[in-house]
Amino acid sequence: MQLIPCPWCGPREEAEFRYGGQAHVAYPEDPSALSDEEWARYVFFRENPSGPFAERWSHSAGCRRWFNAVRDTRTHELLAVYRAGEPAPEVTA
Amino acid sequence: MTADLTSLLAAWTDRLAALAPALTAAERPFRTQLTVRTADPSALGETLGVGFPAVPCTFTSGAGAEVLWLGPDEFLVVAPEGVNEEVVRGALGSSRGSVVDTSAQRTAVDLEGPHVRDVLAHGCAVDLHPAAAPAGTCVQTLLARTGVILQVRDGDRVTLLVRSSFAGYLAAWLCDAATEYL
Amino acid sequence: MTFRRPTGGAVDRDTVLRFTFNGQELTGHPGDTLASALLAHGVHEIGGSVKLGRPRGIVAAGSEDPTSLVQVETPFPEPMLLATTVELFDGLVARGLAGQGKLAAEPDPARYDAKHVHCDVLVVGAGPAGLAAALTAARSGARVVLVDEQNQAGGAVLGVDDPSTARWVAEVVAELENTSDVLVLQRTTAFGLYQDGFVLALQKRTDHLGFAAPASRARQRVWRIRTKRTVLATGAHERPVVFPDNDRPGVMLASAARTFLHRYGVLPGSRAVVFATNDSAYLAALDLAQSGVDVPLLLDARPEPPAGLAAECAARGIEVRVGQVTGTEGDRRVTAARVGDELVPCDTLLVSGGWNPVVSLFSQARGTLRYDGGLGAFVPGEELPTVRVAGAATGEFDLAACVRQGQESVGSANEVAVPASDAWRTEEPGLVLWRVPGDDNASFVDLQRDATVTDVLRATGAGLRSLEHIKRYTTIGTAHDQGKTSGMIAAGIVAEALGVDLADQRPTTFRPPYTPVSFAALAGRDRGELHDPVRVTPIHPWHVAHGALFEDVGQWKRPWYYPKPGEDRHAAVLRECRAAREGVALMDGSTLGKIDVQGSDAGKFLDLLYTNMMSTLKVGRIRYGVMCGVDGMVIDDGTVIRIGEERWLVTTTTGNAAKVLDWMEEWLQTEWPHLDVHCTSVTDHWATIPLVGPRSRDVLAAVAPELDVSAAAFEFMTWRDTTIAGVPARVCRISFSGELAYEINVTAWHGLAVWEALIAAGEPYGITPYGTETMHVLRAEKGYPIIGQETDATVTPQDLGMSWVVSKKKPDFIGKRSFARPENLRPDRKQLVGLLPVDPEVLLPEGSQIVGTRELPPPPVPMLGHVTSSYPSAALGRTFALALVRSGRDRVGDTLYVPVGDDLVPVTVTESVLYDREGARRDG
Repeated sequence: MQLIPCPWCGPREEAEFRYGGQAHVAYPEDPSALSDEEWARYVFFRENPSGPFAERWSHSAGCRRWFNAVRDTRTHELLAVYRAGEPAPEVTA
Repeated sequence: MTADLTSLLAAWTDRLAALAPALTAAERPFRTQLTVRTADPSALGETLGVGFPAVPCTFTSGAGAEVLWLGPDEFLVVAPEGVNEEVVRGALGSSRGSVVDTSAQRTAVDLEGPHVRDVLAHGCAVDLHPAAAPAGTCVQTLLARTGVILQVRDGDRVTLLVRSSFAGYLAAWLCDAATEYL
Repeated sequence: MTFRRPTGGAVDRDTVLRFTFNGQELTGHPGDTLASALLAHGVHEIGGSVKLGRPRGIVAAGSEDPTSLVQVETPFPEPMLLATTVELFDGLVARGLAGQGKLAAEPDPARYDAKHVHCDVLVVGAGPAGLAAALTAARSGARVVLVDEQNQAGGAVLGVDDPSTARWVAEVVAELENTSDVLVLQRTTAFGLYQDGFVLALQKRTDHLGFAAPASRARQRVWRIRTKRTVLATGAHERPVVFPDNDRPGVMLASAARTFLHRYGVLPGSRAVVFATNDSAYLAALDLAQSGVDVPLLLDARPEPPAGLAAECAARGIEVRVGQVTGTEGDRRVTAARVGDELVPCDTLLVSGGWNPVVSLFSQARGTLRYDGGLGAFVPGEELPTVRVAGAATGEFDLAACVRQGQESVGSANEVAVPASDAWRTEEPGLVLWRVPGDDNASFVDLQRDATVTDVLRATGAGLRSLEHIKRYTTIGTAHDQGKTSGMIAAGIVAEALGVDLADQRPTTFRPPYTPVSFAALAGRDRGELHDPVRVTPIHPWHVAHGALFEDVGQWKRPWYYPKPGEDRHAAVLRECRAAREGVALMDGSTLGKIDVQGSDAGKFLDLLYTNMMSTLKVGRIRYGVMCGVDGMVIDDGTVIRIGEERWLVTTTTGNAAKVLDWMEEWLQTEWPHLDVHCTSVTDHWATIPLVGPRSRDVLAAVAPELDVSAAAFEFMTWRDTTIAGVPARVCRISFSGELAYEINVTAWHGLAVWEALIAAGEPYGITPYGTETMHVLRAEKGYPIIGQETDATVTPQDLGMSWVVSKKKPDFIGKRSFARPENLRPDRKQLVGLLPVDPEVLLPEGSQIVGTRELPPPPVPMLGHVTSSYPSAALGRTFALALVRSGRDRVGDTLYVPVGDDLVPVTVTESVLYDREGARRDG
């Protein structure tokens, strides 16, 4: 059972969290202006890197806050955790 | 005709009482609880006469009220007689936020006794050692398979707040987990 | 004849325990394992082997034993336990197994549980290194947990005769037990090491008490340990050498014989031949000889035996010879060791092929292993930030050095002093020897799997090179013992066969659990009524008292229907439906998700969330809404009521309440934090009671005297605050059945009383409680979809025939852009329609496929869709169904076919609304 450091509540077991997929995928400014392909990229396509990956988590059984975490997908190690709205920190795996 | 108030835990009163002296467990039902969302609770603190918790995962108490930290802009006010949704919303004024009466959303179970931490450790992954969870601690976490708000009071006293629909499960779990200490 | 010595060992000879093994009544003493008690009676044969049926005995003295599998029959049947780890109790009945046991048919009455514990330092293993680590950590004031597999601390000390070290062990344990924040857990095996200092350990708490185990005490406990640092002082396992017929009962590891002698006061036999590759086997030979065992011969595979130990042996009359055991003789027990052409009579053959550090947990911690050519074993190959290894687990076998490692592993300067000991003295390095050539078919590598040298060579001969592949091909290391004594030897034989250096080979991956863990222990108390939380509404006690049968909806228990005496489901549901359509009925709708939405931007937010326009809703009114994902697929629906200028209450389907709140928070917190909106769950705060049917107005009027219930004053899709049965209530005029209906909301505290008041007030009208089944029928007759039943994340509002709920005016909302995707504009999308079986008695099974032809064409059969809901209907006087059908709306009037069993049932496609298409009934 991995610990995930909630930026507010501190480290808690992963069972308290919900996964939200890739972080920093902004909702398009004007979806109607996008081509079908551009829209499909937003809806269906996500990165799948081997290494650091910025993703969203929600402390759903705790403070219910969404936040961002950089996880090394090879080891699951959380390299950084930061609050929603904050820029992704520089990390090295 | 005025309807009677009923609590789902009423059916558990005797079974919870039977856990004494290993664990004194009793429901504290029908308290006024208000969920408050605001980034700036200072005015509310003045109105209620109790400062809002500034530190995550803590609670404050005073003037007959308790204020539990639920999130960076979210608090649960366990209000004294006479304080209700309108009063607190009035104190919020025009500032951004919300006040919702959630009195019946959760019920409270007070636990006390030498084995409180032992019993809870059977289902709670948060470190409840007195050094790690001193009096004033208030965590939202999982206890066994239900979410709870866990308030640590002084000594060996803990209050669990649980969603009303999960209260029966929590009571059943407490009774089972405490069996070993009877 | 007894093999129990008159003195020695940690057994209580004054107390006699009776037990039965393979039908034979025997005795032992407290402190015995089943294995030691059997050996005390000279019983070596435990069971047969899994494939070949060869007799098998006891090889090791602990959990690494590959062979002594037994089925314990009392007090509760449990298969696949090791005789070497079953502590003896009075009344034990067990039998030997041939690799397979039998699970009990009845539920296990014992209690199992779990407990979380947090510490600064976790020490695994209470041998000298582990004790030193724990003591050092404890003296520094740290929170310490020490877990140890045995019933007492000491580790390797338990297997030797060394009173001064044993005293040291006792003193350390006493100090640990008297230090606050130190938890010492015996009979506890750390079986899994996971991320972030999470270690699972299984504690066997009452197994050893047998019939005397208190029922209130959890029999086994899974400790969920969260530690900042871990010290693995897991020791080492002796490994055998493989030679022909090495599997006969009586062939035993040398250290196991020493342990049986010193810990249990039991001799392994009368006459023992010893086969050594290292000095430790000499110590076993000497101890046995001193205890009265005839040890005629010690064969040392090394060219130069250690001079000092050899001289000690000679003094004891043990001939030390350079050589190897090349086979054994015997039927059900070894009777002679073969040394070339010579047969040396014996009833015990002790073997030592060296020592394997126990690196399983270190490997689970993702520590890399390094091959140590001197040891012939993999050892920890690096230092990990939070996991240290100490003692024999590192390949260190000197007592003082082990203690020093233990102490250093927690990085404290506190000195721990251990008395000097010669119980593990060594003179010369060991020889790495995997096997003695001979009949490969009878040279067993993994005794439990009946896997031989031939099997290993067949694997390498087939071209396999990776140890992982060979493990799977040969099954070596896949039994209960996970290759504790066989894995290293298999790797060595593979390396020899391939002519490669073991240093270049990757060992097989160690995975949890280190030793077998029962499912009961893993389940803990999460079984029976605690298996999954049962959520109930405040009205639940009434439903129980009135005979409701319940349906699980997520974690909720919802009344399914309320059968009267003699009624089956069909009859009860028809009666409940009739009451709702012709009189008055009520149900418990408290499980609906309810979310309070407040803020100056609440309308704007709801406009983005729902497909239809919400911001234009007037205070006091209600609108039905649908939510889609960004892909345009329906995720939830419900009502939205506007309570005030800046306050709304939305409802969600029962199963989606948490999901929808999370969804709202996700958008608010991550995309639109600028919006002034706050969402709060009030699902459990409100009890919700739909009151349905033409007479519902009369009942409401009776309980809500202040409310003008007339159709003109209280319009459809509006709400009113009032008082019902004396308590504040909010009444919504909405309908999920097409009938005149009111949804009454009161706080959960008042739910039961208001329900009872409605029942009382409705009595003159024959008010009828109804359950989810009737609710489903009523809504299906009206063609209202249920999210999750008619939809499956591939269905758009348009597919449901609900284009009317999709705003054309709003510039954007979640999912809007996806509606214009070509895929979602295809005319052959599956659409919601009604199906009427041509035979009005035929009930289509939900989930049935739909085809277009009267007879099935050869496969692949083109499928047109499937039945999503299907019911008999009182109102329609026949059966009907809802279905998703390709181009369904264009097929209205067509006949399609539904395969049911061997038949193709003809059905007529209709509009989805089958009852009261005009909506004439909703005003009563």
